Amino acid sequence: MMEITEGSHAVAEAVRLCRPQVVSAYPITPQTHIVEALADFVANGKLDAEYINVENEFSALSACVGASAAGSRTYSATTSQGLALMFEVCFNAAGMRLPIVMSIANRALGAPLSIWNDMQDSISLRDAGWLQFYAEDNQEATDLHYIAYRVSEDRKVLLPSFVCFDGFILSHTYEPVDMLTQEDVDKYLPKFNPPERLDAADPVSFGMYATPEYYLEFRYEHDKALKDAREVIAKAGKEFAALFGRDYSAMVEGYKLEDAETVIVAMGSICGTIKDSIDEMRAEGKKVGLLRIRVFRPFPSEDITKFIKSATHVKRIAVLDKNISLGAKGATAIEVKDALYGSTVPVWNYILGLGGRDVRKKDIKEIVVLAEKGQGDQFYGLRKEVL
Amino acid sequence: MAEKCKACELFDSGHRACGGCGASLAARLVTKAAGANTIVVSATGCMEVFSTPYPETAWKVPWIHSLFENASAVASGIEASLKKQGRKEKIVIMAGDGATFDIGMICISGAFERGHDFTYICYDNEAYMNTGIQRSGATPYDASTTTSPAGSKSFGNQRPKKDMPAILAAHGAPYVATASIAYPADFMQKVEKAINTPGPCYVQVHTPCCTGWGFEGEQTIAIAKLAIETGLWPNFEMVDGKVTKVKKVVRKPVTEYLKTQKRFRHLFKPKQQDAEIAAIQAIADRNAEKYGLDIKLKKE
Repeated sequence: MMEITEGSHAVAEAVRLCRPQVVSAYPITPQTHIVEALADFVANGKLDAEYINVENEFSALSACVGASAAGSRTYSATTSQGLALMFEVCFNAAGMRLPIVMSIANRALGAPLSIWNDMQDSISLRDAGWLQFYAEDNQEATDLHYIAYRVSEDRKVLLPSFVCFDGFILSHTYEPVDMLTQEDVDKYLPKFNPPERLDAADPVSFGMYATPEYYLEFRYEHDKALKDAREVIAKAGKEFAALFGRDYSAMVEGYKLEDAETVIVAMGSICGTIKDSIDEMRAEGKKVGLLRIRVFRPFPSEDITKFIKSATHVKRIAVLDKNISLGAKGATAIEVKDALYGSTVPVWNYILGLGGRDVRKKDIKEIVVLAEKGQGDQFYGLRKEVL
Repeated sequence: MAEKCKACELFDSGHRACGGCGASLAARLVTKAAGANTIVVSATGCMEVFSTPYPETAWKVPWIHSLFENASAVASGIEASLKKQGRKEKIVIMAGDGATFDIGMICISGAFERGHDFTYICYDNEAYMNTGIQRSGATPYDASTTTSPAGSKSFGNQRPKKDMPAILAAHGAPYVATASIAYPADFMQKVEKAINTPGPCYVQVHTPCCTGWGFEGEQTIAIAKLAIETGLWPNFEMVDGKVTKVKKVVRKPVTEYLKTQKRFRHLFKPKQQDAEIAAIQAIADRNAEKYGLDIKLKKE
């Protein structure tokens, strides 16, 4: 059913429909509306879950670790500093192969303190071994939660997922969203049934330490499971499409790529703006297209390679990053370059939109002009006084 | 269940603790007292490491270790999960003093304030033993550790032990107790009581560490006993914040305890440090007064 609703509320509703049994979270802007809505659901009997009001994000995710190991579907949500505080637990939860799903309302990291949007928070945890989904709009932000639980809990994967959507830009924006019903979601998402759990009837040890004789193999299997998730995402996406019509089976999405000379690569809500500016540029005769990355972990190297290396019309690639690996480049650019190693197509990186700086259609057009001139690998839109 | 399990071993032999390790004895006694219907949550530390080198485990009950500082948050999640599933297992946390007095303090405070039903056992060996004997908030006054070494300008650790039982009683913990591996029946009884009391309960058990304190492994029990007999380890129970039971002793001078351990030897060699020993005696005296440790002998 189509509803006009705030992004956070749409996400909370999607989470409710996934029937998490334990919710553990801590308020932080701009994520707070999600956990408020879930608390309200529990208080009014709309969600039959244990809701743990923890004292910080570190404990929020730690409680999910315990609850997931004990056999419950778990949920948390955070952003920015909260995610940074969870750093240690993130690696731990993934290493213990616990399929926790966590929403990230993407926000900048301090200092300087900023409550506004960029993707530095989740991108900084790209090595934690979680799946990372990035939504373009609120419809996708809700739908990716069903997909994330389905993929995370698949026995070939058994890894936690971030479902990332831009703080404020999506979390606080009202958009029409087609909400599934409980019946729909129950059809798509089976009950949580992990292969092992803490159970006095069948004792196992979780979280043992590994000596150098074993550690490497644990990491190999973790990496393999994350890479194997590609197939599981495709399958889960296809089934979702068959049931509900929206297709998330591909880890990347192309927009007007067929004959594109300039390919923009980006993630998240900025892609809506990019699509609009592409339409305008094409009306002016510029062949521009967008390759949107929906799943950043596992990284869709093969999808990117398959498209760019086989497309002779591509003259340049402009990678837009709302994050920066300081001292290097934006994370997406680094990975796209890695995927395209050996290709002669130039890849230019633009760091933009950090800390909530607005990105408009004219900015996208200017970036395309810069890429055409071979000017890139720069911060875009800086105030003149720092130059 | 508990009665039956006094005969059974749920913490298996063959683990890698030092000979004479007080903490391993605590693990054995706790699992005996708790019984098989228990989930154990361990913090990172000696016990976690000596009991679970993959692919071996000493635990015959379900066991989980996540991180150093989050055992009580993990236990909170387990408790919520069991409640939701209608399961009845008991949850026992086993964490060292570093994980409890220092790094885990926020998680502990949060979990005790929320009132989850679990029993928190702190096996207190009075320093970070897993990393090689560094001082913690539980290290006693004047103990020499690798980060509070006694030297020409120092007598070792400059602060008295943090009063964790009082902190947790102040959180409203319905049952708080101290115990010692020197008195296994008393310790097991306290563990059982804690497990059978709804809400977050705390038992702090004194577990001498032969490696960290500097004594021969066969002396572990004798030294644990001396800590109680000198009044340096008051053994008591608190119900709803009030001390209800205390182990009374005919107190021995603290030197009898201090002399047994290398961590205090700088108080006796090269010369006896009377002022420092008097300060430690004063700690024991205050304990005796606060908890009423002294058996009053009738005047002859």
